[in-house]
Amino acid sequence: MALDADSQNKKAGWQLGRLLTGPFAVIGRVAISWVDNLGASAIFLLLAFLKILRSKQLIKIVQQVYYIGARSTMIIMLVSFFTGMVLGLQSYHALVKFGAQGALGTLVSLTLVRELGPVLTAIMIAARAGSAITAEIGIQRISEQIDALDTMRIDPLRYLISPRIAASIISFPLLTALFDLVGIIGGYVSGVLLLGANASTYVYRVQTSMDMKDVTDGLIKAIVFAVIVSMVCCYQGYFTHMRTDSHGAKAVGLSTTSAVVLSCVLILVSDYVVTSLLI
Amino acid sequence: MEIPLIEFKGVTKRFGARSVLERVNLQIYEGQVTTIIGLSGSGKSVLLKHIIGLLKPDEGAILFKGKPLSEMKKSESAANLAQISYMFQDNALFDSMTVYENIALPLRETTNLSKAEIDGRVMARIEQTELEDAAHKYPSELSGGMQKRAALARALATDPRIVLFDEPTSGQDPVRKNAILGMIAQYQRKFGFTAILVSHEIPDVYFISNRILALYDRSIVFQGSPEELENFDHPFKDEVIRSLEGLQNELTGLYSKRQFKVMHHVQLTQKTPGEPYCVAVFSLDDLDIIRTSAGHNAAQVAIRGLGIYIDKHFGAIGGFSTRRRSNEFVTVLPYSDLAEAKSMLKDFVKDFQEQGTYEAWAGARKQTRSARCVEFTVLAGIAQGQPVADIDSVIDAAKSQQKEIARLRCDGRR
Repeated sequence: MALDADSQNKKAGWQLGRLLTGPFAVIGRVAISWVDNLGASAIFLLLAFLKILRSKQLIKIVQQVYYIGARSTMIIMLVSFFTGMVLGLQSYHALVKFGAQGALGTLVSLTLVRELGPVLTAIMIAARAGSAITAEIGIQRISEQIDALDTMRIDPLRYLISPRIAASIISFPLLTALFDLVGIIGGYVSGVLLLGANASTYVYRVQTSMDMKDVTDGLIKAIVFAVIVSMVCCYQGYFTHMRTDSHGAKAVGLSTTSAVVLSCVLILVSDYVVTSLLI
Repeated sequence: MEIPLIEFKGVTKRFGARSVLERVNLQIYEGQVTTIIGLSGSGKSVLLKHIIGLLKPDEGAILFKGKPLSEMKKSESAANLAQISYMFQDNALFDSMTVYENIALPLRETTNLSKAEIDGRVMARIEQTELEDAAHKYPSELSGGMQKRAALARALATDPRIVLFDEPTSGQDPVRKNAILGMIAQYQRKFGFTAILVSHEIPDVYFISNRILALYDRSIVFQGSPEELENFDHPFKDEVIRSLEGLQNELTGLYSKRQFKVMHHVQLTQKTPGEPYCVAVFSLDDLDIIRTSAGHNAAQVAIRGLGIYIDKHFGAIGGFSTRRRSNEFVTVLPYSDLAEAKSMLKDFVKDFQEQGTYEAWAGARKQTRSARCVEFTVLAGIAQGQPVADIDSVIDAAKSQQKEIARLRCDGRR
């Protein structure tokens, strides 16, 4: 009887201990998993980055610039034009209240060049090209095409990942510049042509309010976003087979979703960090 | 004693708590065709992936020419592994590339060959694997058999010294299966590489293998020639081989070797001592020439045609036949002495010359677009045996008596 009571006490103590430490264990596991993934991504990025400069990469980089960059121009122009128009529309009505409609060019151009240009461009490319990168690499992974590269002594990081990272670093700033330009034109169309703001003032304000630092800061952000988006999308696709929540085609679908969501979140988080460092 | 090209010493592999390979010991010798047989999910592909370095053992060592891979410098192990090529079970062709680009990929990425040299080598492989019309098609536009051949062409593009084939014939019809196995055997002889196959195709795979490795219950339980496997007494034989080997050969419809032996035994036990029987051995000569000039499928269709004709002719008069080698058939005539058997063979020769050669060639011809003339030569030999005699010695005696019974050159029968 005494033994039974003792073992019951022990069992109760063990259960209480488990109840108290349980949440910490979960948090610990999640934290370890995050740190683990972060480390793996950093190594993945570093190795892929170093392999950009290997031989026979130029053609592959040019091809990827075409897929990631050139083929995104239409959607970027469309989005930036309407973003500029909305910005012009909203800003004009706000500025009119203070009789400051002359500052429309300043507001539109600085908003686009400093913030909206790099951020929206990165999000659009993550949605269009990033998802395609993850899906393509994910399918190559589950259909053993990446293993086939290994067996042929072709380094998959060099062959698949490095050109995409290099192409993103080239494409993102160029597309951001295009976004800024078309966005400013969009602001002109809504503010000047549709709402009647002064055209010369708009152009003059755009020219005088922006300095080189605004442009370079915007392009630095674009490069940071390029590295983040390409790394996240390639990483998610490359390690599709390591997912514990699903397998096969479903895993590719989930990896693609994760890649886009994670890219968007990291774009916004890093935007704050980079802005605070540059400002 | 010959040092094995590849050797496993006590290799163990676990995935989580599940052990797939347990203290595996095996030897693979240079220049041979070695086949690993075992049930589905028994770890054959895992074993193959250890050889090429896609997986690392949890315990034990993998040796290349007697030297452990783990003790080699990185450059040395990379150089050894670079000699190996791998043909995946599901082909693993790049679906966004054409067949030509798939085959050219390893040459473009791992060599410094000029564009013209790469083109020459790729086109040679495309011709050898009869993929001329598919060269600029994507894998999704090809049949399963053509995809296999494209994967084979890619595996051979870099002239590897060791080629690993993971279920090369899965999902193929009997003619294609035998054509792929024939192709592997022919290329292995032609290029001299060491071939390691994982296959379920019993007994077809025996025809091309020098050595068989049997994987059973996570370990290698047999290593030896296909003939030695016949006398191997182990649960593996009951559980695996008999479950995979049908009563009839898939390609020809003839009895399997095992069923043939059972029938032979049953027939002989019914005979009184001194009552003779006869054995005829038929061969389709120069199979490699037929493969080269008419293609692998055509060669297999010709073999099948010959097998079916033999079965039809001798089956009607109480004989039973089996395919003994890829191009060799054995027929037992249980109720005939030598004089009767010779008379039967004469009738067969007459029939075969009149109709059989044409039928065999007509079927094979549908498989090839080649306009080149192909010679089919059929040999036959006959010998008399006694119930007490060992069947193999009677077969050998019949084989030594073989002479040409029919020849076909294009459509000109003779």
